[in-house]
Amino acid sequence: MVARKVFARPVSLKDVATHFCPGCQHGVVHRLVAETLDHFNAAGRTIGVASVGCSVFLYDYFDINVVEAPHGRAPAVATGVKRVHKNSLVFTYQGDGDLAAIGTSEIIHAANRGEGLTVIFVNNTTYGMTGGQMAPTTLPGQRTTTSSAGRNTASDGHPIRMAELLATLDGTAYSARVAVDSPGHVLEAGKAIRRAFGYQVEGRGFAFVEVLTTCPTNWGMDPVAANRRIAAEVIPFFPLGTFVDRSGDER
Amino acid sequence: MTERLFVKGNEAVAMGALAAGCRYYFGYPITPQNDIPEYMSRELPMLGGEFIQAESEIASINMVLGASACGARAMTSSSSPGISLKQEGISYMAGSELPGLIVNICRSGPGLGGIDASQGDYFQAVKGGGHGGYRIFVAAPHSVQEMYDLTVLAFDISDRYRLPAMILADSVIGQMKEALVPHPYVPPADLPSKEWALSGKGDRGRQKVVKSLYLGDGELEAHNWRLHEKYRLLGEKETRWEENGLEDAELLVTAFGSTARIAATAIQLAREQGLRVGLLRPVTLFPFPGAAFLKATQRTKKVLCIELNTGQMVDDVRLSVARDAAVSFYGRPPGAGSLPTPEELLLQIRRHCEGGVHGG
Repeated sequence: MVARKVFARPVSLKDVATHFCPGCQHGVVHRLVAETLDHFNAAGRTIGVASVGCSVFLYDYFDINVVEAPHGRAPAVATGVKRVHKNSLVFTYQGDGDLAAIGTSEIIHAANRGEGLTVIFVNNTTYGMTGGQMAPTTLPGQRTTTSSAGRNTASDGHPIRMAELLATLDGTAYSARVAVDSPGHVLEAGKAIRRAFGYQVEGRGFAFVEVLTTCPTNWGMDPVAANRRIAAEVIPFFPLGTFVDRSGDER
Repeated sequence: MTERLFVKGNEAVAMGALAAGCRYYFGYPITPQNDIPEYMSRELPMLGGEFIQAESEIASINMVLGASACGARAMTSSSSPGISLKQEGISYMAGSELPGLIVNICRSGPGLGGIDASQGDYFQAVKGGGHGGYRIFVAAPHSVQEMYDLTVLAFDISDRYRLPAMILADSVIGQMKEALVPHPYVPPADLPSKEWALSGKGDRGRQKVVKSLYLGDGELEAHNWRLHEKYRLLGEKETRWEENGLEDAELLVTAFGSTARIAATAIQLAREQGLRVGLLRPVTLFPFPGAAFLKATQRTKKVLCIELNTGQMVDDVRLSVARDAAVSFYGRPPGAGSLPTPEELLLQIRRHCEGGVHGG
């Protein structure tokens, strides 16, 4: 009997353990991105742009070229990269504080220019690396270290739905929101990420995938409870789906 | 036959950048430097380059960071308030050891201030305007020709030492038209290749990372010492200044950029009146020509520093001169009508030559 390998580490990922907390879903998203790079056989011509937050150590896990961006500026840095290396695959990997607060200007204008970038937006409704402060995506009533009585929308404002917002821009070719809380959702997320990179390969413009993820440590939950919160509380506010999907023809 | 043109200082910067092989410009409109992005937006597409009018100064400098990380010669230009916004990116570029050109056609401040010529950004430019304790190469042209020549030089030095470079000028130099001989660019033969640059294709197994985060034990300290050594080497090899009439001078006048042009006229008038005055003009503000000041003040004990601010470069002059030299300052804070005339500076020179004025 000959053993056949049916599941292996993507070659775009290094064979190292991550620093992520138990139950954190960055690892799942990293893997989905790596599987996509493998699919396009593109690791050698991919340049990743790391942002500030728990995912800054992108270069420790992905076996690709990486440039580190200041907080929120990854889409601007990626624009500079892509304009030099037009045939490379260029992606940013950003958290919600990075992309939807301090970097709102950069993401909106990169999308509006239709930059040929893929943006992976990891939304865990909190500032993870700094210890669980209120994020632009923190849900109404959600307790954080800077909203200890729960987010009060009257004074703190409302969570921003970035995938829907960016879908309104003519430069955005693809915008979707996915989750990785169940096997079915992981498969869907993988497809969306593959589609977003595929659009870049085909030169269709800006592609955006928002991934809803857990932060058990800062949510004060065990990994299982944190994962259940995605379906119970997060998805009802941030609905999954594709908000724009333009083929190249109408652009 | 060498071409001779009649162009604005700002245009000379753009022409110098293109001559030096810069094909990536990212910027945001602000007075009085708009001739640079306007020129680049016309010329770059024809040269196969990229021009982006970015959404902000912050985005502009980060686009420079990205293009530079890929090994391309890239630049941005702005004026004082915009340069403040770029400081975050400049610090990251310094930390990531990335070259790139930043042009500051300085205007007056603080805050929104005004659009008049100013030298109020000296401290910000030469002391490391952003966080973390770094330096950048800063050159201060005093003519349209130098706007071209120093832009070219700044790209070479920026690449060689892997640090951001800045052209610091003002609207007087940026907006005036003078003759320019646009010398063809000859890349220095010993310019190191950019092996660190992120390539767009096929080098699996050789991961390259451009970053400024160092969390390992002792890593950041070692990194900072390495940067410090680079700045020392820059001082040793790349300091530039101009001397005129110091041999017999009783009074050394020092000024940079536009102020040096006015001072040069005042010195000429003073010489015609028999006053023994010379000029020491720093061409590079970082590295600062401190050794030249020390040498000159072994002989000339009176120094007059003139600036279009309330006294910034004078600090570096005082740190550099011989111990028994007396340094005075004459300056005008920027604002409409505050540009000194040669006659006004001549009066200051006369007072200092004749003695009786101390300190400043």
